[in-house]
Amino acid sequence: MSSILLVDDEPNILMSLEYAFKKQGYKVFIARDGEEALEIAQKHCPKIVVLDVMMPKLDGYETLKTMKSYTCLAQTKFVFLSAKTKDSDIAYGLSIGADKYFSKPFSVKKLIDEIKLLLI
Amino acid sequence: MSNALLIIIIIGYLGLLFMVAYFAERHEKSVWVNNPYVYVLSLAVYCSAWTYYGSVGVAATTGIDFLTIYLGPVIAAPLWILILRKILRIAKHQNISSIADFISLRYGNNRFLGALVTLICVLGIVPYIALQIKAISETYEIMSASSQANRLGLIGDSTFYMVVLIALFVAFFGTRATDATQRRKGIMTTIALESILKLLFFLIGGVYITYFLFDGTSDLYQQASELSNFEQLTTFHTNQSALNWFFTIALSFFAIFLLPRQFHVTVVENERERYLKKAIWLFPLYLLLFNIFVIFIAWAGNIRLPDAINKDYYTLLLPLQAQNISMAVLIFLGGLSAVISMVVVSSLSLSTMLSNNLIIPYGFLEKFSKGLPEKNTIIIKYIRRIAIFSLIVLAYFFYVFLSYELSLYSIGLISFVLIAQLAPSFFLGLFWNRGTARAAIIGMIVGVITVFFTLIWPFTLGVLGGRETLLDFGYLGISNLKPYALFGIDFMNPETHSFFWSIFLNLGTFYGISLYSQANYRERNYAEIFVNILNYNGLQEQAYVWKGEAFVSDIKEMLTRFLGKARTERALKLFNNKYNISHEALQADARLISFSEKLLTGTIGSASAKILIANVTKEQAVGTVELLKILEEAKATLERNKALKLKSDELTELTKALKEANNHLKDADKKKDEFLETVAHELKTPITSIKAASEILEEEPDMPSVARTQFLANIVKDTQRLSTLINNILDLEKLSRGPQELTLKKTNITALSSRVIDSFKVIAEKNQIQLDFISDKSYYLYLDEDRIFQVLVNLISNSLKFIPEENGCVSLALYEKEQAIFCSVTDNGRGVPMADQPFIFEKFYQSNNQNIIKPQGSGFGLAICKKIIESHGGTIWLDSTFNQGAKFVFKIPYTNE
Repeated sequence: MSSILLVDDEPNILMSLEYAFKKQGYKVFIARDGEEALEIAQKHCPKIVVLDVMMPKLDGYETLKTMKSYTCLAQTKFVFLSAKTKDSDIAYGLSIGADKYFSKPFSVKKLIDEIKLLLI
Repeated sequence: MSNALLIIIIIGYLGLLFMVAYFAERHEKSVWVNNPYVYVLSLAVYCSAWTYYGSVGVAATTGIDFLTIYLGPVIAAPLWILILRKILRIAKHQNISSIADFISLRYGNNRFLGALVTLICVLGIVPYIALQIKAISETYEIMSASSQANRLGLIGDSTFYMVVLIALFVAFFGTRATDATQRRKGIMTTIALESILKLLFFLIGGVYITYFLFDGTSDLYQQASELSNFEQLTTFHTNQSALNWFFTIALSFFAIFLLPRQFHVTVVENERERYLKKAIWLFPLYLLLFNIFVIFIAWAGNIRLPDAINKDYYTLLLPLQAQNISMAVLIFLGGLSAVISMVVVSSLSLSTMLSNNLIIPYGFLEKFSKGLPEKNTIIIKYIRRIAIFSLIVLAYFFYVFLSYELSLYSIGLISFVLIAQLAPSFFLGLFWNRGTARAAIIGMIVGVITVFFTLIWPFTLGVLGGRETLLDFGYLGISNLKPYALFGIDFMNPETHSFFWSIFLNLGTFYGISLYSQANYRERNYAEIFVNILNYNGLQEQAYVWKGEAFVSDIKEMLTRFLGKARTERALKLFNNKYNISHEALQADARLISFSEKLLTGTIGSASAKILIANVTKEQAVGTVELLKILEEAKATLERNKALKLKSDELTELTKALKEANNHLKDADKKKDEFLETVAHELKTPITSIKAASEILEEEPDMPSVARTQFLANIVKDTQRLSTLINNILDLEKLSRGPQELTLKKTNITALSSRVIDSFKVIAEKNQIQLDFISDKSYYLYLDEDRIFQVLVNLISNSLKFIPEENGCVSLALYEKEQAIFCSVTDNGRGVPMADQPFIFEKFYQSNNQNIIKPQGSGFGLAICKKIIESHGGTIWLDSTFNQGAKFVFKIPYTNE
């Protein structure tokens, strides 16, 4: 089964996502900030990484840029989940290598479907 | 003293003057040469040998009359400066090089008037120069102890050589430029130096005589009061002598403007108008200093020296009597300075007048208009040089042949009275826009004739013999025509009598003829320019009215003959640029005519300039009405331009202000945008959380109850968060509207604070936090109780978030200082990072830095606190000196109600 890394500093959101993806049969890892995310990603090489943008210590953009340099993540898909919804923010997120950019608030169902598509 | 030694000293002294002049010419940009002090000191050329020796003579014979000559300028100094400012503006505007030029230009550039003024000046000044030469010669004789009888004709007379040297000096340094309006820095610097020397030596002499030969002023007074004529010397006897005083003061006031040498130094050589500000106090001071010792020297001479000798030379004779040769040499050199400076400037200014207002306009115009430029320049220079030599030599022969027992004082006065004949047309011309050339000419002639019959002729008869008869019986035996008592007015001394009648008749004639004759348009044109110079200063060439036909090429050719090709082209280029005229323009307009006349005026005088330009142009007469209309229009244009400039300046200011306001608005707008964006972001986070949880709950009706409870609890918490956020935003918005939103009443802030502390008791105990409250008494303030409660809760909550988990400690303190209540909240947490300190009171500040420290509140707390405290008239700040945690302080003044 595919493994997924969920990164967000809002515990409530994280909790919902964790519950939903586990239910779908993913192997779920969670992280509360960018640094923690890097550590887990390096160790477990998830197939999918879902990133919030505004987080303490290291923001989502920087986290993604670093992950892109990890060889074990070469096949990994990246998805942003952010309350930053300006066109320029989305364009930037995609330009640095994200496969999808979801605006908050998002639909959990839709998120799960899109991620399924990414993994085909 | 030996003749040879004396000659060596004199030659050495003259050599020094040459060197100073040479230095000044070489370093004409140096501050030593260009400063207001040189200007003021050069004005002191007023003090000639007449002052240096003559004053003492007068003081010794007739008493304090000598003072009038200096009181005139001193009393009138403020007025002098006012009038002078106007004259300076006109002279600079019109390129004027002498008083003759000034007067002739004022009356429509009248050639004859300029020549007449020149003649009057020569007539008045040559005897005056002669007297100066006489002073040198006599003092030289006193010094060398030779007598006049020993004089071996021209060849043996050392005075003659000295005079020739002075003439050489003037001719060399005075005619370097053909443009007579160019400043002669070399000559002016030596004049300034001589002014220092003559004052210094005279004062040294005065101190020596008063304090070394006598025991100070009271000793002198004591001894002098025993002399027979003492009382007569120190008092006014009658109203008549008061009248004499009055007229002599008026006379000297005129002289300070009209003496050609005085006009030259004050006007032609003036570099900057602001120098007048120094002159206004410094020049009168100079004159007063010069007169301090006069009376004491006169008394001393009357006491010590025999009656028969020439009293003019007391200053020199007293040290000689005391065998103090070196003191006598100093005095002699001071006198020599006074003489040389007077002779130099007088001959310089007279020679300019002679060449520009008499010789060139009446003899050389034809020749010049055909001659080559280089040749013309040389001829002009030679005319001036010859004029200088002739004047000085003429004065020398006047002295040789008319040498007579005359005091310096009386010849000086005759010269003043003659020069005063220029006064009516000069002064009235400055302030009255009527007045015609004819009136000025006839007035001057009448004045000069009066002076001749009331002063000069009796004076000459005094030399030739037969004066007594004339004085007793009058001209043609008519008793009303007694020269010293015309029409029975016999209570004035001869000079004031002559002054009174000549000025009276001169002024009357000038005024009468001016009223009954029509000024031609040229006279009106210059009258306007002179009288209203302040209005026309900005107009420059446009104030000149001219109608007719003229070609640029003709005028250019004429200019080239005097200025040379290069200078002419440069001048025309400047002119064209100034008025934005095409270089190919063929027709000349009034501005070019005026410009060209001014260019030539400096070189050949205004009258000649006008005639030369008129030769190559066809001028049509302009009616007086038309003239005034044109001038009005020019003035109106100028004013309009000024107004436009003002308006444009105003608009520039306004644009700047608008730009600033716009920037402020843009800033505010940007802040608003940022604020909205942040609010949106802050709202989205809890909404996202609620949405996700609800979706999951909806999808899974059979969710285990533990998870279900958890999701529901999350939803409740996030809803709570949302409503707090919205309340805060509304709060802030409300507070922004100002203090009227507060409900102020007298509140015990100590009790209030205590209540806040109590509300935190439970949580503090649970977490083992030390919570202190420090206050010594109850303080009362006008407050909105709920709002201040909110502030205190906010601050303490903030502290609780940042204190360490163990041994946390927060304290609230109240105290009174500087008419205000201070409240501080201190904790032992990690403090506020330096970089954050400037921003912590801004709304959402934390959320902007969310990637560094996740906010544990809405990011509104401190912003709201700040708003509340400011609405109470207080201030809140972070005490950055406190470094064991964070310390927030606010103060609210007692006066806030």
